[in-house]
Amino acid sequence: MSAGQTETRTGAIKAVPVRHPGRWVAAVAVAVLAAMLVNNLVTNEAYNWAEQLKYLFAPAVLEATFNTIWLTVAAMVGGVILGILLALMRLSANPLLRGAAWLYIWVFRGTPLFTQLLIWGNIGALFPTLGLGIPFGPQFVTAQTNALYSAAAAAALGLVFNEAAYMAEIVRGGIQSVDAGQQEAASALGLTRVQTLRRIILPQAMRVIAPPTGNEAISMLKNTSLVVAVPFVELTFTVQNIYSHTYQIIPMLVMACIWYLFLSSLMMIGQHYLERHYGKGYAR
Amino acid sequence: MTGLTNMASGDVAAEGLMVKAEQVCKNFGHVQVLKGIDLEVQQGEVMCVVGPSGSGKSTFLRCINHLEKVDAGRLWVDGHLVGYRQRGDKLYELREKEVAAQRRDIGMVFQRFNLFPHMTALQNVMEAPMLVKGESKDAAKARAEQLMERVGLSDRMGNYPSQLSGGQQQRVAIARALAMQPKLMLFDEPTSALDPELVGEVLDVMRDLAREGMTMVVVTHEMGFAREVGDSLVFMDGGVVVEQGVPREVLANPQHARTQAFLSKVL
Ligand SMILES: Nc1ncnc2c1ncn2[C@@H]1O[C@H](COP(=O)(O)OP(=O)(O)O)[C@@H](O)[C@H]1O
Ligand SMILES: [Mg+2]
Repeated sequence: MSAGQTETRTGAIKAVPVRHPGRWVAAVAVAVLAAMLVNNLVTNEAYNWAEQLKYLFAPAVLEATFNTIWLTVAAMVGGVILGILLALMRLSANPLLRGAAWLYIWVFRGTPLFTQLLIWGNIGALFPTLGLGIPFGPQFVTAQTNALYSAAAAAALGLVFNEAAYMAEIVRGGIQSVDAGQQEAASALGLTRVQTLRRIILPQAMRVIAPPTGNEAISMLKNTSLVVAVPFVELTFTVQNIYSHTYQIIPMLVMACIWYLFLSSLMMIGQHYLERHYGKGYAR
Repeated sequence: MTGLTNMASGDVAAEGLMVKAEQVCKNFGHVQVLKGIDLEVQQGEVMCVVGPSGSGKSTFLRCINHLEKVDAGRLWVDGHLVGYRQRGDKLYELREKEVAAQRRDIGMVFQRFNLFPHMTALQNVMEAPMLVKGESKDAAKARAEQLMERVGLSDRMGNYPSQLSGGQQQRVAIARALAMQPKLMLFDEPTSALDPELVGEVLDVMRDLAREGMTMVVVTHEMGFAREVGDSLVFMDGGVVVEQGVPREVLANPQHARTQAFLSKVL
């Protein structure tokens, strides 16, 4: 051992760090690509930013954006409520309820949303009249389906029924993630099953349910563009209408993307707070 | 026993009897876990239950508050048949609400605490009185604060369970059970999941509770606690009560070979 090395073995360690040349190569490559992108956005005339600005807050675009927003909200609220119901059916002791929920999920997850929405748009052909009465017996009130039923309702229902199938599986996973001791403790205190579900099980399940539900909501924002199948007017459909007579295809599509990005960013902020709320009491 | 049985409801009227088990049997599938348990717990009695793992101690405790259905035999708590109503010689299952009502009067403390992790300690204690008894938030809070003080945790009321030690969590769990003002407390190995240095603080709370006259059935491996606090000791093995008596005597002078073998391992 030479004299130079023997500082003190108990002192703070001053070692030469490991070099990472690969990181430097990757960083340079990313920087070059980013510069190319910015250059393209600024110099490529085809974006036609002026045209985009002209339509960004045009009444037709705002109305379509509003439709996109309420469709997303309605589809998620309906999807979550129906999804919880289906999840409870899946977890029920009653085999008939379990089977019905399984069948529902099988159908709605196993067929394309676009096709489902086409069917909802043509539901009048399947059920020309809707009635209220005794099953297989007399009807008290009946009405023409197409009189009761609007494109908006078809779009919303189509999205709700599809979303519920996905939410059912997410909720079921959340409920099953809660420790069985929680149900026991609640029962031992004299809580009923419904009270236990509402106050003990679901709030804990929410911690597991919230992150994928946030992802579902963001997917839903984009899936609303499929209601063109109904057909119902939303953001993508509207910009298509606009560029069909202005021929400014790329500017309008990029503008739609800007709206979608803005809305999905808002949802990501909401998702952050939701996850924080339901993460209360858990060590991070 | 039929002499004591009120044929209209299946309830027994016996002064001072808190728990009465008569030939209680329980099966899981084809396995008989309880094979005819006969036990009586008097009001104010502290009964300690010991026995090897898998002997059916937890199952018996869970039968007492109907977390498990008894397959044969009868079980009464405070004179009421647990889980059933008897009319003539037919038994009718109680509805969910009625079972829940029976459970209110029976507190239970679990080995793994089972606190509600999404609520603070104080909220854990307030929850059941508000939901089950419809108590006002203020009344529930006032009593929860008293109980937290009683278990020595008045400085921990705003903490979530994950921020408490095992011993503190178990004391909150005891306070939570006491908030329902039970007539009977069931403890299922309340100190088995605790680090050794935390066992004492939980046993202290239980000792105080016994001193105040609470009727308790305690499944435990703490022989010191059983000897000192227990009024009776029950040794279970293979789903039967092998031996019971005054703790000091059973521990010092076990009569059965199985009891002797078990005690020689744990003492
Ligand atoms: N829910 C259940 N399903 C099947 N078997 C069970 C269940 N609960 C307990 N048992 C079995 O019953 C026996 C007694 O269990 P338990 O009452 O927990 O014993 P102890 O508490 O004395 O250790 C064990 O063999 C256990 O495996
Ligand atoms: Mg046990």
